[in-house]
Amino acid sequence: MALTKQEWIDLEIKAAELRDLCIETVNWAGSGHWGGSSSCADILTILYYKYANFDPKNPTDPDRDRVVVSKGHVGIILAPLFSMLGLIKRDDLKTFNLTGSKLGIHLDSNKVKGLDSSTGSLGHGSPIAIGMALAGKLMGKSYKTFVILGDGECDEGSVWEAAMATSHFVKRGTSNLITIVDRNHNMIDGNTEDIMALEPFEDKWKAFGFETIVVDGHDFPKLADALEKAIAGGPKPFCIIADTVKGQGVSFAAGNYKWHYGALDEAKYNTAKSDLAEYAKKRLARAEKEGK
Amino acid sequence: MAGGITFTAVDSTKLATAEIFGKTIAELGASDPTIVCLSPDLATSTKMRDFFEKFPDRFFNVGIAEQNMIGIASGMARAGLMPFASCFSVFASLRALDQIHTDVCYQNANVKIIATHGGTSFGQAGSTHHAIEDLGVVRTMVNLTVICPADGLETANAVKAAAAINGPFYIRINRGFDNVVYNTPDYGFEVGRAVEMNPGTDVTIIACGSCVYQSMQAASILDHDHKLKARVLNMHTLKPIDREAILQAVMDTRKIVTVEDHTVIGGLGSAVAEVIVEGGKSCILRKLGIPDKWSPIGLHEDLMAHHQIDAEGIVKNVLDVMKMDAEKDEDWGDEV
Repeated sequence: MALTKQEWIDLEIKAAELRDLCIETVNWAGSGHWGGSSSCADILTILYYKYANFDPKNPTDPDRDRVVVSKGHVGIILAPLFSMLGLIKRDDLKTFNLTGSKLGIHLDSNKVKGLDSSTGSLGHGSPIAIGMALAGKLMGKSYKTFVILGDGECDEGSVWEAAMATSHFVKRGTSNLITIVDRNHNMIDGNTEDIMALEPFEDKWKAFGFETIVVDGHDFPKLADALEKAIAGGPKPFCIIADTVKGQGVSFAAGNYKWHYGALDEAKYNTAKSDLAEYAKKRLARAEKEGK
Repeated sequence: MAGGITFTAVDSTKLATAEIFGKTIAELGASDPTIVCLSPDLATSTKMRDFFEKFPDRFFNVGIAEQNMIGIASGMARAGLMPFASCFSVFASLRALDQIHTDVCYQNANVKIIATHGGTSFGQAGSTHHAIEDLGVVRTMVNLTVICPADGLETANAVKAAAAINGPFYIRINRGFDNVVYNTPDYGFEVGRAVEMNPGTDVTIIACGSCVYQSMQAASILDHDHKLKARVLNMHTLKPIDREAILQAVMDTRKIVTVEDHTVIGGLGSAVAEVIVEGGKSCILRKLGIPDKWSPIGLHEDLMAHHQIDAEGIVKNVLDVMKMDAEKDEDWGDEV
């Protein structure tokens, strides 16, 4: 197992804090993209707290690893994450979505330190990440670039233009580019397979020249194994398909496509808070029991 | 002018405008290792071969995928490179517009877009390849500097200026050869500053791109045959536009004709009109360009004649405009 027991426990604690701060921000903002934010909470946590070489005290370090969150509508979990990292003041989260705030649904890379790219129009993240990876190799740097895609955005043709190019340019730098798909199975109007079928999804990535790993995107030891394999690299670029649950951790939202975006009333807020506390407790107990 | 351009007017008669771009970027690349070039399977058409041969590791052919190219260029710029991405104007401005908008302009990424085959310069290819909306579209993009050079030497100047200024640029050039407007690169090119090509106080012709040469020819005919002194402004930069030169022309001549190889909606004529109207002084404006119709196919020069943006068409329209009265009066009959 790639993670020690203590690392696993530490990640669980951070992920729990992140989910809780995200639901608080949804509450302050009045509404938010809880669904797709919660599904990538563990991916973001393990990247920023374990695998991405990123020093929050030096967020513009040219040698840092890059993280491009192509599913840009999850600003409401990125802002809390950056707040936990010390890049955004905690109080600023209370301004999320307010008129004049520097924090809105889609974060602005010119306003949020440490955000490697603005995103929002879906299907844009992979090309941007390719550019960063190619630039890194050309400039003699060994940084890695991670790009996090939503599964729904894989309907966009530009994702597959980029997939083709990621394989094509593997000797020119994209061997350092790791694609992670947050496969939460849901999009705004319903299940991905009902709206625009993605399956056989893994086969598609394989056909585009990727080494693929399908993994439970809410299981830190498994995510860690997948990331270590991808970071070690190989002749093909890696695509980690992280099987996740949209709305994870909150009873009324988990697996419910209608919770792509939504508002919390007081009852729902209270339920969400207690559900998340319970969910975190269970996960921590598992880490303590199964960690080595 | 930034200096150092090694082309002469003799070269510019032998080289297509895109070839001058290609040689300029190869020259700039020698002194700036952050310059990289990207092409969507158009390295031959957009003349990036020189750069590729000198710096193969800094050239990226992304295949026929303009959106991907602009996205990649944005990522490269975010990481510290200065990418020059080149493709046909119609595909840069329309197909990749979403990437230009969000990846490049929103982030103020240091990406230089060299949009070739501008206007109707690829006339025989038909409306799928005529770029008659690009300037109007890209002019609305925040942070983007938009330049439409008059000839090869001005293209070299524009490319050098783009490399010297941080931020996104859209430089629109033509397919093939341009008529030579400048016999030296040292005429004082400055981004955002129009160049007066001919002095005059009777009427002002404001043009960009291939229409600058035609406007100069028209001014010569107007002078010789009609004793009219037409000021000709080369408005090479559409954004930021030279408001001062336009308002001075309003004050001095009260009659303005704009000429562009572009639809009359949204491009140079519209940009000039915006400045005139906001200036608050009466002025007659006629916008020459491609009307709100699909253009026929044909040779560039034939299409320019068809759309009355060649010298003859400009003369005819200037003479019409000279019959109009910009003075304050109660009789509108002579103005409609």
